[in-house]
Amino acid sequence: MDFQSCVNIKKEWDIVGARQLGRDIARKIGFGTVDQARIATAISELARNIYLYAGTGKICFEAIEDMNHKGLRIVAMDDGPGIKELSQVMEDGFSTSGGLGAGLPGVKRLMDDFDIQSEDGKGTEIKAVKWLR
Amino acid sequence: MSTLKLDLENYKELMQQYIETQDEQALYQAEQFSKHSMQQNISPEEIINVHVQSLQHLYPDMPEHIRSSLDFLLETMISYGLAYQEYQSLRERQLELKSEISVAANMQKTLLATEKPEIEGLDVGAISIPAKQMNGDYYHFVKDDSGALGVAIADVVGKGVPAALCMSMIKYSMDSFPENRMDPGVILGSLNRVVERNVDSSMFITMFYGLYNINNHTFRFSSAGHEPGYYYDSKQDYFEEIDASGLVLGVSPEATYEQCTKEVHVGDMIIMLTDGVTECRQGDRFIEEDEVLEIIKQYAHLPAQETVEHVYKHFERLQDFQLRDDFTLIILKRKV
Repeated sequence: MDFQSCVNIKKEWDIVGARQLGRDIARKIGFGTVDQARIATAISELARNIYLYAGTGKICFEAIEDMNHKGLRIVAMDDGPGIKELSQVMEDGFSTSGGLGAGLPGVKRLMDDFDIQSEDGKGTEIKAVKWLR
Repeated sequence: MSTLKLDLENYKELMQQYIETQDEQALYQAEQFSKHSMQQNISPEEIINVHVQSLQHLYPDMPEHIRSSLDFLLETMISYGLAYQEYQSLRERQLELKSEISVAANMQKTLLATEKPEIEGLDVGAISIPAKQMNGDYYHFVKDDSGALGVAIADVVGKGVPAALCMSMIKYSMDSFPENRMDPGVILGSLNRVVERNVDSSMFITMFYGLYNINNHTFRFSSAGHEPGYYYDSKQDYFEEIDASGLVLGVSPEATYEQCTKEVHVGDMIIMLTDGVTECRQGDRFIEEDEVLEIIKQYAHLPAQETVEHVYKHFERLQDFQLRDDFTLIILKRKV
């Protein structure tokens, strides 16, 4: 089960499409209900960030496998303005000041591995992995 | 994983017991279960998952639409779970900050420590209590070569950590002044330049500086916009305001400070304070200046240190043991 598929994010509706595809892949990999819901929420956050701050971008899913377990990798990419203060957006309570949305710290909590690269003016790439336990 | 399974068994049994008996004990145990789950950092969606699995075990032919509705519920709980985790981590951070501040407060106490001088013929009492952990009030005693006693009392407009940092700077500038040149007006002038150069313009410091000459019992003083002090004439049983004109520290580098002199007679007192004393509040009502003086008089027969402590205790009680501002009170009483 080694495949990759992407969803382009241009309008708010695409967030739903990304969730749907991500959840389907997660289910196929063998994730349970709770993890599926967490993965879908993480996808929502990532897709919404692209929609709100970059305008357009895409989210790709990849079933992965290391020696011991299977997992799902989500990659969110955009060519938006980038994030200047990475440590600030990764701080609890920074982006969630309105109490809405989990922000990037939320994505990090929902997933197992999390990595972000961003360059001012050049866009952002976020990779997040959930492992099947 | 094994503990979660155990909990699932536990939850299933409790739920079954409740469904069959509707008894309060099962509900009490449900409460314990949720507290235990919180200790284990279990989020709400996991509890719902346990609930769904238990239901399925107990009722294998649960209708599909019920099952779907529970999945729907689980999905809506995910964000609550995240918010809960965020709350936990912010709470930990808050505890960390609190302990850092208490370390800083202790450090401040050491940094700003001033020894209450023993001077023959003069009874000195001083108290300074912060409203929060860190004190934005400050007092300081210096004895010069001739035996004169310099007393400074200051208040940073603002409270907490920034005020405290500012006070540490004031203290070190004062330490660096030569000990034989302690004219109040000159000292305030120098401090004013230090503050003007080094402190953000949004921060103001008021200070009252007095010099008690032990040889001829005169008190020379200047004020940088500070709360006026009082002179208590024991023969006439009368309080007189003592004040001198001068701008608060740090506003203008050219500020000059008027210097006044007051003769001090046997049994009389000099009272210096900050607005934390005069602006005590009882409920919504600010207390009157007269009330403060009345209370001071009430305890004036005691040694000066006991007087200031009693006055503090009185106003602490009046404000339900919750100071709104830092409270500093100094009394100098001429004994002989």
